Amino acid sequence: MSDAARHGQQVFQDKNCIACHQFYGLGGYMGPDLTNVISTRGEAYSRAFIVAGTARMPNFELTDDEVSAVVAYLGFVDQTGTYPPKDYQILWTGNVAQADDPR
Amino acid sequence: MTTDTSHYGGLRFMRLGMLALAAGMLFGVIGGFQFLFPEFLQELLFTKTRPLHVSLVISSIFLLAIGGIYFYLPRQCRLPLFSVKAVNLHYWGFVVTGFTIIGCYLSGRFGGREYFEFPPVLSIPIFLTWILFGVNYFCTARQDKEPWPVYYWMWGTGIVFFFITYAEAHLWLIPYFRENMVREIMVQWKSYGALTGSWNMLAYGTALYLATRISGCEKYSRSRLAFSLYFLGLFNLMFGWAHHTYFVPSEPWIRTFAYFVSMTELFIFGKIIWDWRASLEDWQKNRHCNAYRFLMAADVWVFVNLGLALVISVPAFNLFTHGTHITVAHAMGTTIGINIMILLASVFYVIREELPNEIHARCSSQLRTGFWLANISLAVFFVALILAGIGKGVYDGTSFQEMMTGIRPFLFAFTLSGVTMMIGFWVILWHGFRLMGQILAPVRVAEPEPA
Repeated sequence: MSDAARHGQQVFQDKNCIACHQFYGLGGYMGPDLTNVISTRGEAYSRAFIVAGTARMPNFELTDDEVSAVVAYLGFVDQTGTYPPKDYQILWTGNVAQADDPR
Repeated sequence: MTTDTSHYGGLRFMRLGMLALAAGMLFGVIGGFQFLFPEFLQELLFTKTRPLHVSLVISSIFLLAIGGIYFYLPRQCRLPLFSVKAVNLHYWGFVVTGFTIIGCYLSGRFGGREYFEFPPVLSIPIFLTWILFGVNYFCTARQDKEPWPVYYWMWGTGIVFFFITYAEAHLWLIPYFRENMVREIMVQWKSYGALTGSWNMLAYGTALYLATRISGCEKYSRSRLAFSLYFLGLFNLMFGWAHHTYFVPSEPWIRTFAYFVSMTELFIFGKIIWDWRASLEDWQKNRHCNAYRFLMAADVWVFVNLGLALVISVPAFNLFTHGTHITVAHAMGTTIGINIMILLASVFYVIREELPNEIHARCSSQLRTGFWLANISLAVFFVALILAGIGKGVYDGTSFQEMMTGIRPFLFAFTLSGVTMMIGFWVILWHGFRLMGQILAPVRVAEPEPA
């Protein structure tokens, strides 16, 4: 984990972003899941939302460093897996095997 | 009137629990409106109302359960509390820490993780007061030379496992966990699952205590079935957490195991209460009609939630329901429908025992109205969340805003039923708070007298 991502993780907690957002479907329901927001929407898109806010999300008035740190943290989370799972198999037991599972 | 007031500390905990529940519901309703109208009460952002709602409601569960234990041990189990001073210290520790946490939330000072969003240093007084509670409980309960009834075991287990799981919920402070997303999220949600199991132990122990006392039949707390429930509950507490994390990359056997574990506990609990109901004479039902009514509601909600839990614990279905409002329906259904109903039964059981001549301690029409308003509203609330969850479950990931617009009618029903549910509970809590105040009133008069 890079220093920037570590800093972003702290900013994410200090602003209580998880009250509205999710990672791996765990968290709040006001905003979207952010697990793969960097790979699906891109850094610039994420940065724009963080800086400007939306009708549902206030502008938290983060500094440039903090915005970059949060984007780095989201990039770090993105590397850890895929959510919702895209490559999976439903087994006859009702269980699910994912491509991301450790082998 | 008794001059022994050692059990009154328990009543103070219960009254504080009722206040916390009333306030927690208010923040829940405000949060519901913010879901519909994001500009509603901009000064109090959703990032504040959500933790205020969750922390106050969870605190109320602990306060009501702890208050019951502090009350029942000296008053009805004939076990003098090991330390009355420790009860007072626990109470004031809870009050000071609680208000500090509320202040942090209101001023936007976070720093913790979901459900414990306050700065982590505030967990230290929570740990310390919990140690006081644990020492006091075990030193009091060990005076009982008879084999322990199951509710003693359940309360003790809840206390020990809260300590373990709450500590576990703070492992993210260690870089080894914090810097590995998958490891951290698994540990975090393992601890939350087990933490829920620990307060379930306190609440279900209270339910079995009430069933035993109201029926006058010891078999509910000493039978094989009761101890089977206890061991199943313990098994569930220790291993039934992984359904939260089915889709975090992990070994498939973990899902299979969690899938099996999740199916077990609630059914046995429901069966015990059901058997107990069948065994009650009419006069016992009438004497404790309020407590009986809340326990029956808990029983119905056990079966409703069991049905939903069965569905969402199947990984193939969980794929669809995870991260949707269906999970919220499950969480709210169990917290309000089961835990809160049991603990309100405890409140009104205490009131009926302590105020036998108070007319409102019996079945008043206002209480009955509050009860039905709260339960019918909870049913609408539960269904609305499931429908909103289905709407989110079919969301293809393109436009989050469009999905939210699509489920708006269900969120509207959810918020409105939240308002009526809050009104129903407020009626109940007002009676509970006021009547419990009457029990405490003689002590307030007696306190100024010189020693």
